[in-house]
Amino acid sequence: MSIRLLLVISLTAMLFGCSSDKVKDDAPAAVEDLSSQQANANADDSDAQAYATDDSSTSGFSQLDDPQSPLSVRVIYFEYDSSEIRSEFRSAIEAHAAYLSQNADTTVTLEGHADERGSREYNLALGERRAQSIKQQMLLLGASSSQIRLVSYGEERPEIDGHDEASWQQNRRVEILY
Amino acid sequence: MKVTFKFFIAGLMFVSLQSQAVLDIKITQGIEQALPIAIVPFSWSQASSVAPIDLTKVITDDLKRSGRFDVMDELDLPQRPAEFDAINFNDWRKLGMENILIGNLTLTENGDYDVSFRLIDVYRGKQIAGFRIPAKPNLLRRVAHQISDIVFEKLTGTPGAFDTRVAYITVKKTKKKKTHTLQIADADGYNAQILLESPEPLLSPAWSPNGKKIAYVSFEGRNSAIYVQDILTGKRERVAAYEGINSAPSWSPEGSRLAMTLSKDGNTEIYIMSLHSKTLKRMTNHSGIDTEPTWSPDGRKLAFTSDRSGGPQIYEMDIRGGRPKRVSFEGKYNVRPAYSPDGKFITLVHAVNGSYHIGLLDLSNGYINTLTDAKLDESPSFAPNGGMIIYATTGVRGAQLAAVSTDGRIHQRLGLQQGDVREPAWGPFLK
Repeated sequence: MSIRLLLVISLTAMLFGCSSDKVKDDAPAAVEDLSSQQANANADDSDAQAYATDDSSTSGFSQLDDPQSPLSVRVIYFEYDSSEIRSEFRSAIEAHAAYLSQNADTTVTLEGHADERGSREYNLALGERRAQSIKQQMLLLGASSSQIRLVSYGEERPEIDGHDEASWQQNRRVEILY
Repeated sequence: MKVTFKFFIAGLMFVSLQSQAVLDIKITQGIEQALPIAIVPFSWSQASSVAPIDLTKVITDDLKRSGRFDVMDELDLPQRPAEFDAINFNDWRKLGMENILIGNLTLTENGDYDVSFRLIDVYRGKQIAGFRIPAKPNLLRRVAHQISDIVFEKLTGTPGAFDTRVAYITVKKTKKKKTHTLQIADADGYNAQILLESPEPLLSPAWSPNGKKIAYVSFEGRNSAIYVQDILTGKRERVAAYEGINSAPSWSPEGSRLAMTLSKDGNTEIYIMSLHSKTLKRMTNHSGIDTEPTWSPDGRKLAFTSDRSGGPQIYEMDIRGGRPKRVSFEGKYNVRPAYSPDGKFITLVHAVNGSYHIGLLDLSNGYINTLTDAKLDESPSFAPNGGMIIYATTGVRGAQLAAVSTDGRIHQRLGLQQGDVREPAWGPFLK
């Protein structure tokens, strides 16, 4: 996360942190009608601008958008032919589970993936089992089943198209999609 | 979020692909004891015009591709007889030629064609087979494959599988999107036709036993679902779209049921669906992965992949239910089973030292013979005569189709020009 993006986010937080209904309703326009100084700060960073606009369509600034929160971890990686959650991802999954239990209206899709090795159908099942293992963990930590949707794409949607371990380890994953 | 997909189904009219998109077949490794045969260019009744098809070339390519025949170079032919009586047997015997194929292509009064041919045993000086086949213009290529099938069967003792088709999935990537298609083509790669095109993944095409329908998995609805599509009309039906995985369709030998993988009850299990009533019978009950069911040719058993013992292995179970029996023991990773037409073997993906090869499991002794040696081979499918296995192999040029004889001696590479080609399924004998 770049410093520039952090700056934009903190500006956004100041603008929308105590958001009123008016700001929410006029959000897309509000972003464009900012004072010239702030508009310039956004002007040359289209990613950041899109970020602010997206944010304003929900209930103001949310924990989900804090790059320093463990909630910013949205991809959980796995070992070969395994659906065991690696220890380094525990805190992220705990944070997502806590967020879901505190925000009962929020739903999330866990999208399971596998690397290309072996058969497509087995990998489809493996992708689901990876998503399933994160779901089970989230349920234990207070999320409710109705908040979590699972989908597996197996090896059909690799993050990286290469045919080597460096690519495969990026592809063995579950994406947490709010 | 509402997503609109551009979706296209080939309807009553097939979409013909450009000629460069055919599968290019090369024999990368042959066998030494090939049968010698001479194919005399077929005579053509309208000698002043060009024949509508080069039958001789189609038949020659078929026989060469099988790896079982040594076809005489056309320049070496001592004579070019079109009729039995014109054959000078001594000329052929001197060259050591054992079999010759001669024939005629005739334009009939109504604009159709007659193809006649004779296969002759040179040493006995006798006809082995002789047929006259009437054909519409668009079926001439098929007639050539039928002639290849007859020659193959008469001289090798097993039926040929030249007059068959393969289904497969292609993927084309541009900067912005991927396009997936389900296609069928003749076994020699010609006449490729698109049955379905989708921006979302397609996989696991499976031919109905009569060759008229294809079941497959499509992600067009943002999740896997099983569809059955009529090849001729393009009409299709979504037969399984439960919560979770809907995949791995496999037809029962009589064509009325589909075995499939569903995870609607918590994790992947094998089910059998009656296509008429859509009722489901659950076949497995285990917390591990159970998937890739495939029907034995006699209809009595299902083989499938399960990791209930740790890594994925092949199991067999009785169609009436009961405890599955593990049948693969060699290696830590065996998946994607498919029975040979005689039911005595299962082809599978067999990992050895991190490489994924096509293997052949002998059900009588559990031994797995490794047939291929690339790093990423998958999706093996038997030809209906049991002689060859088509599969997908991934290399530097992406995924391509390849075929290997069941004895491992003949290897073919079927190179499509661009994009990935994967998930081949060899269709049944055409009726």
